Amino acid sequence: MLLAGLVSALTLSIAAPAAADEVGLDEYDFKISGLVELADEPLSEVLLVVEGGGFRVEVESGEDGRWAVGVPERGEFTVTLDENTLPEGIAVIDPELEQPNVRTITVGQSGSAVANFFIGQGERNTTSLFDQVVERIFNGLNFGLLLALAAIGLSLVFGTTGLSNFAHAELVTFGGLMTLLFGVVLGMPIWLAIPIALILSAGLGYVNDAALWKPLRRRGVGLIPMMIVSIGLSLAVRYLFQLFVGGDTQQLPGATDTSLSIGVFGLSWTDVASMAVSIIVLLGVGYFLLRTRIGKATRAVSDNPALAAASGIDVDRVIRIVWVMAGALAGLSGILWAYFRPGVSWDMGFQILLLTFAAVTLGGLGTAFGALVGALIVGLLVELSTLIIPSDMKYVGALVILILVLLVRPQGILGRKERIG
Amino acid sequence: MIDWILLFSNAAQEIISPTTAAYALAAVGLAIHFGFTGLLNFGQAGFMMLGAYGFAIATLTFGWPVWAAILTGVVASIVFALILGIPTLRLRADYLAIVTIAAAEIVRLLFTTNTFEPITGSANGLQGYKGGFEALNPIPPGTYGFGPWVYNEYDWWVRIFGWGLVAIAAFITWRLFKSPWGRVIKGIREDEDAVRALGKNVYFYKMQSLVIGGVFGALAGMIFILPRSVVPSNYQTSLTFFIYAILLLGGAATVFGPIIGSVIFWVLLSFFSGFIARAVEVGWLPFLSNVQAGQLRFILVGVAIMLIVIYRPQGIFGNKKELAFVK
Repeated sequence: MLLAGLVSALTLSIAAPAAADEVGLDEYDFKISGLVELADEPLSEVLLVVEGGGFRVEVESGEDGRWAVGVPERGEFTVTLDENTLPEGIAVIDPELEQPNVRTITVGQSGSAVANFFIGQGERNTTSLFDQVVERIFNGLNFGLLLALAAIGLSLVFGTTGLSNFAHAELVTFGGLMTLLFGVVLGMPIWLAIPIALILSAGLGYVNDAALWKPLRRRGVGLIPMMIVSIGLSLAVRYLFQLFVGGDTQQLPGATDTSLSIGVFGLSWTDVASMAVSIIVLLGVGYFLLRTRIGKATRAVSDNPALAAASGIDVDRVIRIVWVMAGALAGLSGILWAYFRPGVSWDMGFQILLLTFAAVTLGGLGTAFGALVGALIVGLLVELSTLIIPSDMKYVGALVILILVLLVRPQGILGRKERIG
Repeated sequence: MIDWILLFSNAAQEIISPTTAAYALAAVGLAIHFGFTGLLNFGQAGFMMLGAYGFAIATLTFGWPVWAAILTGVVASIVFALILGIPTLRLRADYLAIVTIAAAEIVRLLFTTNTFEPITGSANGLQGYKGGFEALNPIPPGTYGFGPWVYNEYDWWVRIFGWGLVAIAAFITWRLFKSPWGRVIKGIREDEDAVRALGKNVYFYKMQSLVIGGVFGALAGMIFILPRSVVPSNYQTSLTFFIYAILLLGGAATVFGPIIGSVIFWVLLSFFSGFIARAVEVGWLPFLSNVQAGQLRFILVGVAIMLIVIYRPQGIFGNKKELAFVK
């Protein structure tokens, strides 16, 4: 390890003055490469900086426009193209990103990754602070809404059964994975793949309850043991996913398609559709909870299961419906999350599990609308905080807020005081 | 063909390996939290990380001697326990679970970010902090041991130090829970309100328990980094879940359960991983690649946690009456 540290320090000092088109390929097993070209004409001597995990290397594209760097480990790296080294009047253009000359590349199981830029005639990357703030707010709303879909399911399950379900993240991943399976692997059109994925997610929610949690409730297993069971389940299922799909991130159709961009506030049609779907579904959930008989029964069970049972409500049926809903909502959240990140990977749900818990706790454990409010706050906070703090710490802000809120208002924003008893 | 001797010898090495000792010590700390007090600490990885980084940063950045470096890690874990405990120990058990798991992730993200790279080494971590510890080694250079356990003087020194700490921690825990203090703590687990009615300051007792278990976690973090380097990706939430698996396996409300649990866990895991890897190599499992074989261990641990909690919640050595689970 000491040697590896020395080697990376050496490459740093060597690479900085004399950048070549291939750097560090012999020292490291993993590789990031790319091709810089303008309308099929290669551009040489364009400076690129690859950074990630404390590792930094510079490389210039060669005569054929190609470049490659060796990197010490798998993981996320940012590749920055120095626009000042491009010929006059040419820039990296990608209206979807506010910084099109910076890309985040994940080196996965295959050990190599490709970073290409969209280069064309255009303005250099300059975004005013106001535009950045507006863009972050839209991004935050989008993220908050998809988080809310996952959080409401988690919160309803907690409200009706008392279970803090750590395996909820795997329901989220499942939605993304199934869309990938039907939409990409089996090549179905996406408008067909998504409904199939949602139905399967709802089915998984049902199976969750029928095969595991209902028998455990029958056995009289306590809430804390059930929570630990859900942690075991989460671990097992997460790595089962990895066993099947591997460690790579794969894209859903349309996720990186820049032609869909509408050019306002860095939004694409995918973002707009994602927000619209979230809002419609959330309104639907609100209507269900407030106006339908089953919805009222659900809230009654959340309040007091014993009293609800005594009033003639079939508690087991309500819980079954809640699980099916939670599965479908989590699956939808997973699909939207796959478009937001963008990409489908085996641990995508686990990446937002803590934020989901933060949203639920912020809003008040067990309250469906609290989860919505909490999720929007968390989403906005995560995106807006990147204006101030480095983006690799953007989740820290949300988690710190979670702890601070518990200090002053432990029952959450919409929770009632007696809940924490 | 599969080299069974090698598989068994590798598994046997795990019995005294420093990693086993580190997990055992962390599990003893968690037993104090979860088994005896009923605190759902899901941030044991955070305590271990603070111990490890406290030790390494004190040595590398400040150039302090070994005893001061150890003290730094311990103090960091005490401060962490206080920060966690003050907002959450008055609340219901699952709040502590969410806050501790979040706090452990915050700690990991802070040590991973590029912002503090000169001190933390960010994702590459730290190395080269072992000089002072090596200098304390009383064993003359050479190779010692028999059978599968043949190591050089540094490896033996790490093992003796690690298991020595485990023994001391186990003794302290055993004495603590034979004392009046321990009986109050167990009373809090069984019925907090009853203990409060007896005039005890439940909050204060819980805080003491959180600090003691956290310090054990920090010391475990230091043992953990002696045979390797400090890398932040080692301290993900799955580390805490592994320690929970060990604790539940051995018995949550026992002193020696976590230690035996750690030995059983690592021997089985090493044997299983080794066997699967070899079986893939010789073509017994044509549907698996070697990378996939490595993932099977996580699936196995996950399923084991579920089965133990459902069918034997008291663990191997636990007493059924002392169920260790808060209601």
